[in-house]
Amino acid sequence: MKFAVIVFPGSNCDVDMYHAVKDELGEQVDLVWHDADNLDEYDGILLPGGFSYGDYLRSGAIAHMSNVMAAVKRAAEADKPVLGVCNGFQILLESGLLPGAMLRNKNLKFICRTVELSVENDETMFTSLYEKGEKISIPVAHGEGNYYCDEATLAKLKENNQIAFTYASDVNGSLSDIAGITNEKGNVLGMMPHPERAVDELLGSADGLKLFQSIVKHWRNSHVVNA
Amino acid sequence: MYKVKVYVTLRESVLDPQGKAVQQSLSSLGYQGVEEVRIGKYMELQFDDSVRDVEGTVKEVCEKLLSNPVIEDYRYEIEESAKQ
Amino acid sequence: MSLMLEPNPQQIKDEKLYSTMGLTDEEFAKVEKILGRLPNYAETGLFSVMWSEHCSYKNSKPVLSRFPTKGEHVLQGPGEGAGIVDIGDGQAVAFKIESHNHPSAIEPYQGAATGVGGIIRDVFSMGARPVAILNSLRFGELETARVKYLFEEVVAGIAGYGNCIGIPTVGGEIGFDPSYDGNPLVNAMCVGLIDHKDIQKGQAKGVGNTVMYVGAKTGRDGIHGATFASEELSESSDEKRPAVQVGDPFMEKLLLEACLELIYNHQDVLVGIQDMGAAGLTSSSAEMASKSGSGIEMNLDLIPQRETGMTPYEMMLSESQERMLIVVKKGHEKEIEDLFAKYGLEAASVGVVTDDKMLRLIHKGEVAAEVPVDALAEDAPVYHKPSAEPEYFRTFQAMEDVTPDVTDHKETLVKLLQQPTIASKEWVYDQYDYQVRTNTVVAPGSDAAVIRLRGTNKALAMTTDCNARYIYLDPKTGGKIAVAEAARNIVASGARPLAITDGLNYGSPENPGVFWQLEQSADGISEACLALQSPVIGGNVSLYNETNGTAIYPTPIIGMVGLIEDVNHITTQAAKQAGDLVYVIGDAANDFGGSELQKLMNDGDIFGQSPAIDLTVEKARQDALLTAIQSGLVQSAHDISEGGFAVALVEKLFGTGLGARVSLQGEATAALFAETQSRFVITVKPENKEAFEAVVQDAKQIGEVTAQPLASITINGEEVVQAPVSELEDAWKGAIPCLLNSEA
Repeated sequence: MKFAVIVFPGSNCDVDMYHAVKDELGEQVDLVWHDADNLDEYDGILLPGGFSYGDYLRSGAIAHMSNVMAAVKRAAEADKPVLGVCNGFQILLESGLLPGAMLRNKNLKFICRTVELSVENDETMFTSLYEKGEKISIPVAHGEGNYYCDEATLAKLKENNQIAFTYASDVNGSLSDIAGITNEKGNVLGMMPHPERAVDELLGSADGLKLFQSIVKHWRNSHVVNA
Repeated sequence: MYKVKVYVTLRESVLDPQGKAVQQSLSSLGYQGVEEVRIGKYMELQFDDSVRDVEGTVKEVCEKLLSNPVIEDYRYEIEESAKQ
Repeated sequence: MSLMLEPNPQQIKDEKLYSTMGLTDEEFAKVEKILGRLPNYAETGLFSVMWSEHCSYKNSKPVLSRFPTKGEHVLQGPGEGAGIVDIGDGQAVAFKIESHNHPSAIEPYQGAATGVGGIIRDVFSMGARPVAILNSLRFGELETARVKYLFEEVVAGIAGYGNCIGIPTVGGEIGFDPSYDGNPLVNAMCVGLIDHKDIQKGQAKGVGNTVMYVGAKTGRDGIHGATFASEELSESSDEKRPAVQVGDPFMEKLLLEACLELIYNHQDVLVGIQDMGAAGLTSSSAEMASKSGSGIEMNLDLIPQRETGMTPYEMMLSESQERMLIVVKKGHEKEIEDLFAKYGLEAASVGVVTDDKMLRLIHKGEVAAEVPVDALAEDAPVYHKPSAEPEYFRTFQAMEDVTPDVTDHKETLVKLLQQPTIASKEWVYDQYDYQVRTNTVVAPGSDAAVIRLRGTNKALAMTTDCNARYIYLDPKTGGKIAVAEAARNIVASGARPLAITDGLNYGSPENPGVFWQLEQSADGISEACLALQSPVIGGNVSLYNETNGTAIYPTPIIGMVGLIEDVNHITTQAAKQAGDLVYVIGDAANDFGGSELQKLMNDGDIFGQSPAIDLTVEKARQDALLTAIQSGLVQSAHDISEGGFAVALVEKLFGTGLGARVSLQGEATAALFAETQSRFVITVKPENKEAFEAVVQDAKQIGEVTAQPLASITINGEEVVQAPVSELEDAWKGAIPCLLNSEA
């Protein structure tokens, strides 16, 4: 399976995502600059964390206008897995690929720590190797991760089982403790916690690895004969 | 030449934690009468004469980029300005 | 357009306008002699910044020359952007510490942020990829609204810059003492990784080569009061002169990536590169030319400018951030422009390398300044300031050691854990992204931070340390302790010390007592560097840290980096397992001078003699501990520092869910709280008891780690401390948030 890690000016978790896929997952991966307009050769798209364009207007607002996002949308329409982490999640929200928006953390400060997440939906292509209700340790590092949407949207998220992860206890004020959501089809996942920072026990946790492995498993099942 | 002033604020229904913090701070400084503070962004845009529909363009950029309609409202003022 | 009327050379001399820029009468006479004429306004400005203490070290040079700077692993000593040490396999580590005290006192967020930005540029201008940031901060007591504001904003500024640029802030230290009330210290350290083949120098070689300006545009930022003489003569009323530099971490991220791409992939055309730090264009151009025996001619009309109507004086003295000066081979300008354009950055050809050793500035077709580069970069006067042993030192030295009268040891331990210097700094480092780049193995909160070197089996340990109270009481001994404690932290994490960078923060050198503190502490640092085989590879001097004539405690911050040969040697301070044996290395003596307990019990006052240190003992214990760690015999290790043994022991239990039961001999207050040097608390698996004791012969087994989360300390058979670990941990964790939330 071949992944693209999209690099925007100001992305800074691009290298982490790259190494998680290449070194720990053992799959192919390229860093793709934001002016690319064709992602056809990739089977999965990863939008990394960071401060794209300095996050100077709103987190992810300027990045969502960049060239590559049209290609990311096409990949999503083609049912390819699209994962946005942290700033990548914010970009997915700004681009409308996922519903809702991010507010500043409730305490108005940047928060960096490893937190406990609950797996809410273990039937997505990103979470199939987890158990529903499983508690996993994944780091967060963000200033604007306070998820917000209106009541109707929240009801829809719940009804369609689009909430993939919640915080086991409140971290940043997010509505319903939402940490990660998918689109209706289930092939676009946005999450504030960083699974790519939790792929090696040496750094404290490898709980994020199963997320990447789930993607590969799904891809192999649907693309490789006799998988 | 047009000078456009754009104001972007969080929608009424959305909690504004920054505004709340400032309001509490004002109250602790003794300014009891300040009931609410809402914090937003102010932007100035200079348009040259080549833009035909200034108002339409302003609305468009506000909706596309300058504000996020999920959480923010915007309003704007358009002023004609002389060349420097 | 504003019309700037600058004073003419005769006015500058007659009205002594140079003195408002910081030049003395003698210095101005020297400038006149060098030039063989009177300098014009811009030229006076060039000399004033280049001959400032910040750029020339004119007051501290005689002291700095005492530091040992050589060692077999040192690839680059002091003098370039950062020092560099070999770590084997063709790799090296580059690091440096720098202060941003005065800007942070005025505008704490931006002052701290630009301090971080500046030190990062120093490191990547060497060709190194920045991999970690540390800091060392000092504030007054967290009691007034002003100090709380400074503290919160400095932390936010460091977080804001480091998090955005994506370099992990992995550690540091924060101290609180009344002496920093009006003068906080903000020192930032950056560590970078580099392959030997990529090491750059700030040089301008090759006549005819092109001088290029890259990065942010130049504005009037950071031009200080020096300009007011011209302002009086300005006919413009709406001149805006922001003195505060504002950081743009996004710009610096782009500049960082572009410069590293330039260094890695365009080495054939790149001649030299240097950060435009203090004194911006002036220092970078003059120093690059001076180091290469060449000259530089620049056309100031070509300098990318953010504001209109800037004068040569303003452009040359601007301290706008996120800019670099590079020299490239003639004819390759387009290649460089294209490279920077990929990152949305401008690269402007602004000058050429000449052979006449002059810095010549052209502005609107005329020569605006023409000055020998060596005169700016090398010929600053050097002052040997008078130094005198201050009265207080003699008084303190004559004092007897007094053991503070402690009645309730447990309650005292709780109070010590709540002292902000000892208390948990989680409130602070929660705001720092210490994980980005996914190499951080040991996060903030242990003795030293550790990052792995991806693709190898090695890791780097790093720390900043300085107990300024000891240095105030006894600068020479305190200087030794600062280095020894840094090394203790490095060794406790499983690393061998490589080298140090020092951030020397003092009061005014005009005060002979302060200058004596500087000399004595430098001697102490030097002795310890030699004894612990850790040379000084660079640093920074910040003088005049005073408020209302009262100097800060002398605060030479030691930034140390060590090498861990095998990631399996990485050791943290936290206890690991119930049943493990607890050892202490080193006995407590009656050392309370400058201690946290003395300060606590005397309303913030410290006095007497600092703890003593024997560097031979120190070295032997560090070597033994490192050998034990490398042999896999140590479960956890923590040095005993502020607050003494009791604090060190319970810190090992925090966050582990474990307890400990230990038993000591001797006088209880000293055994628990004395700050005797060269000591560690260690835990060891029972099966390694004999092997460990054979390696670390002066380690004493004092008890064991328990599954029950209770801290129990018995002295001479009497249990003097017994407390649930959670109670102690709550006090320790809650102290800083509680101080910040309380009414001023």
